[in-house]
Amino acid sequence: MKSFVFPEFQIIRDEEKCGQCRGCERQCAFGTHTYDPVADRLISEDYKCAGCQRCVVFCPKNAIVVRPTPSFYRPNASWSREKLEDLKKQAETGGVILTGCGNDKPFRIYWDHIVLNAAQVTNPSIDPLREPMELRTFLGAKPDLMDISAKEGDIEIKTTLSPNLMVETPILFSAMSYGAISYNAFRSLATAACKSGTYFNTGEGGLPREMRAEFGRCAIVQVASGRFGIDAEYLNCAQAVEIKVGQGAKPGIGGHLPGEKVSAAVAQTRMIPAGTDAISPAPHHDIYSIEDLSMLIYALKEATNYEKPISVKIAAVHNFAAIASGIVRAGADIIAIDGLRGGTGAAPKAIRDNVGIPIELAISSLDRRLRGEGIRNRCSIIAAGGIRCSSDVIKAIALGADAVYIGSAALIAMGCTLCQKCYTGKCNWGICTQDPRLSGRLNVEIASERLSNLISAWSHEISEMLGGMGINALESLRGNRDHLRGVGLHEWELDVLGIKGAGE
Amino acid sequence: MPRIRRELNNKEICACSIFGAMNQDGERFTGAGVMLAVANMHVRGNGLGGGFAAYGIYPQYKDYYAFHLMFTGIGPQAKRSAKKELDAFLGLNFDIVYDEEIPHGDEATVSDPPLVWRYFVLPKKQGEDSLLSDEDFIVGKIMWVNTRIENAYVFSSGKNMGCFKGVGYPEEIGEYFMLDRLYRAYTWTVHGRFPTNTQAWWGGAHPFSLLDTTIVHNGEISSYGTNRWYLEMYGYACTLQTDTEVIAYAADLLMRRQKLPIEIVAKILAPPIWNAIDRMNAKEKKLLTTLRMVYAPLLMNGPFAVIIGQTGKMIGLTDRIRLRPITAATRGEMFYLSSEEASIRLISPQLDRVWTPNGGEPVVGELNSMRKVLQ
Repeated sequence: MKSFVFPEFQIIRDEEKCGQCRGCERQCAFGTHTYDPVADRLISEDYKCAGCQRCVVFCPKNAIVVRPTPSFYRPNASWSREKLEDLKKQAETGGVILTGCGNDKPFRIYWDHIVLNAAQVTNPSIDPLREPMELRTFLGAKPDLMDISAKEGDIEIKTTLSPNLMVETPILFSAMSYGAISYNAFRSLATAACKSGTYFNTGEGGLPREMRAEFGRCAIVQVASGRFGIDAEYLNCAQAVEIKVGQGAKPGIGGHLPGEKVSAAVAQTRMIPAGTDAISPAPHHDIYSIEDLSMLIYALKEATNYEKPISVKIAAVHNFAAIASGIVRAGADIIAIDGLRGGTGAAPKAIRDNVGIPIELAISSLDRRLRGEGIRNRCSIIAAGGIRCSSDVIKAIALGADAVYIGSAALIAMGCTLCQKCYTGKCNWGICTQDPRLSGRLNVEIASERLSNLISAWSHEISEMLGGMGINALESLRGNRDHLRGVGLHEWELDVLGIKGAGE
Repeated sequence: MPRIRRELNNKEICACSIFGAMNQDGERFTGAGVMLAVANMHVRGNGLGGGFAAYGIYPQYKDYYAFHLMFTGIGPQAKRSAKKELDAFLGLNFDIVYDEEIPHGDEATVSDPPLVWRYFVLPKKQGEDSLLSDEDFIVGKIMWVNTRIENAYVFSSGKNMGCFKGVGYPEEIGEYFMLDRLYRAYTWTVHGRFPTNTQAWWGGAHPFSLLDTTIVHNGEISSYGTNRWYLEMYGYACTLQTDTEVIAYAADLLMRRQKLPIEIVAKILAPPIWNAIDRMNAKEKKLLTTLRMVYAPLLMNGPFAVIIGQTGKMIGLTDRIRLRPITAATRGEMFYLSSEEASIRLISPQLDRVWTPNGGEPVVGELNSMRKVLQ
């Protein structure tokens, strides 16, 4: 059937500059560029272009420009180009429209409407280059009070503490499974996490056996509805176990890793036959209630001898705060919440773009809920979904999060350009693919250095902002909404965020 | 949706002078000396608040909780009506042994004074409340009064001690309540205030107190929002619109309810930095790591120097990087704490020892014996 959709991107090649090296042809897994030996020139087919900019960056002559096509349908406020084209594609295929990455719709980004405080006069700001600035954070349950005996200056702690994760900076790598992302990307995240004093999350695709000894010390392993790759060693080599209930990009639905991406190594790690689809059901089929979740939490605690904190990851949806409070009472040590803009390797577009609530509002209402119930110290909150920069992190913490997960940001550090074609398995940047020709492009050493640099840069910026507020330990900012003000927000939004308007 | 959800209660920021004097033998003395000492730091305040805490002033009522109440509002009518409401509440929950207006000087010498009354009471616990300890019961009732009864504030509630405070320079407030003539205490702490944020009101002056713990504070707590939510989880309502309140409540939670010694409390409020903890021996490291982990929300960040008063104790503490230093001194049985050494020298020119404690390191003065105080 002839497609009535016109190309998304326009490729402009400067023929003067082009040296016919065919680099672009090799770089593009979508087959956009082909060499015509007769004319001795490269032909680009706009239709195939994903707009990932790989050829642009790697053209040695800077001869290529890829830009959104200037063609347009008659402008129509209701029928945007995207709506028209999605409809046409569905008319042509009869299928669900798939996409990757996070929600790209113009929902209000609250981070951009919140401003931070700074100390002036009465409270000296602190220079992080001269004074200690502490970002160390402990994730896990804390007791209500401690039983301490003090005899003649000899002090002994009698309370047994729950296991906690210590991070040197409140930024962790979000769950991205081996299978969804390439081995090199996965290993880069692990390497960087260990180097930066933080943790990576294995996602639901298991942890390759050869990585366990080296990277277990900075791994959070996931148990999801597909139960891929789980054995006792997997659970025990890591520092924490996360039960994945939901994901911000696709709350309420499961996952589907197509058989083409299940290579021999992926199959071995996931403990499934090679080439078969790896399907994660929408619900865990042993969790149909909060009691069931509690049983799984305690089953995992038993399996790990009560030595690891258990995290439960849920998507931020309408009534999630009440649910999260139930999850804390069910025994979880950490609640990970994933907001509306959380990323994904593949999700139905209708779900990604329409389900869930923004993470900023979610953090605040969860924090308030747990405080109101007097159980805020019984768990830590990790916020995920749409954290783009260090100021987003610091705002998340002031709204009540203990730490954040970054997914998209980490991928971007490795080269991702958010072209949203992750589900095709043809990632030209070698991140979201199992094609050895493509994944080989991602050098673990370089990619992990880029990730460590990112963590280091953000940590420096966080220290700078923290010092500016006259605070020298991150824990003193946690839930400290006094240091936030809203600009351009409605009354109800300020109320949900629990912050004052600027100038108030 | 109620505005309270946006946490509009504001903290107050101030720079200040603080002074404390204690006779460790328990000999009681008038407030004349401390008034002189704090007057010497006149320029550290701006006349928008001053106050005193005095321990051992009510020997004749030493077994009763001494409530000092402040009734604000415009005109005597409003004050009386707040008192009426309060009296009904107190009568229901306490046996009142004696009550009177706190004697004071000419009202014209201070600005807009509230009606200040004292009650000597014992708790009358009924129903579910009878399960509570006396102190938990009283704390609960104080929180109730301070949040529910408009224009009535309990600002002092310990046994055999009392706070006196108001809007003015501390020496004026001392004069107004005639502290140099009417009261003799073994510990006096004083505060002269330089608020830079909210409007001055009598309840906002220092000291802040709960039961027999009083706090005078110089500095700003930039972790206020964090400290407050943590304390609110334990039932402390922060109503007085100031950051000093959180120190009083933290001290109450840690010292009275959790019975932690001051050395530990100091490590919670002003812990050593991680770099230092990481270099400690295994046992200390474990202790301090655990404390920081569990009590992270009680870390008091930002510059502060405080004098914590308790029955038989006076404690000085500064923030962990000593942005607001405090001077300690001893002379015989006298123990002094002050924002400035000059004030100590003014009333006691000869001193046995004078020193500036390190950041986060508490200095504690204790009575050698409680006997004299209880007699």
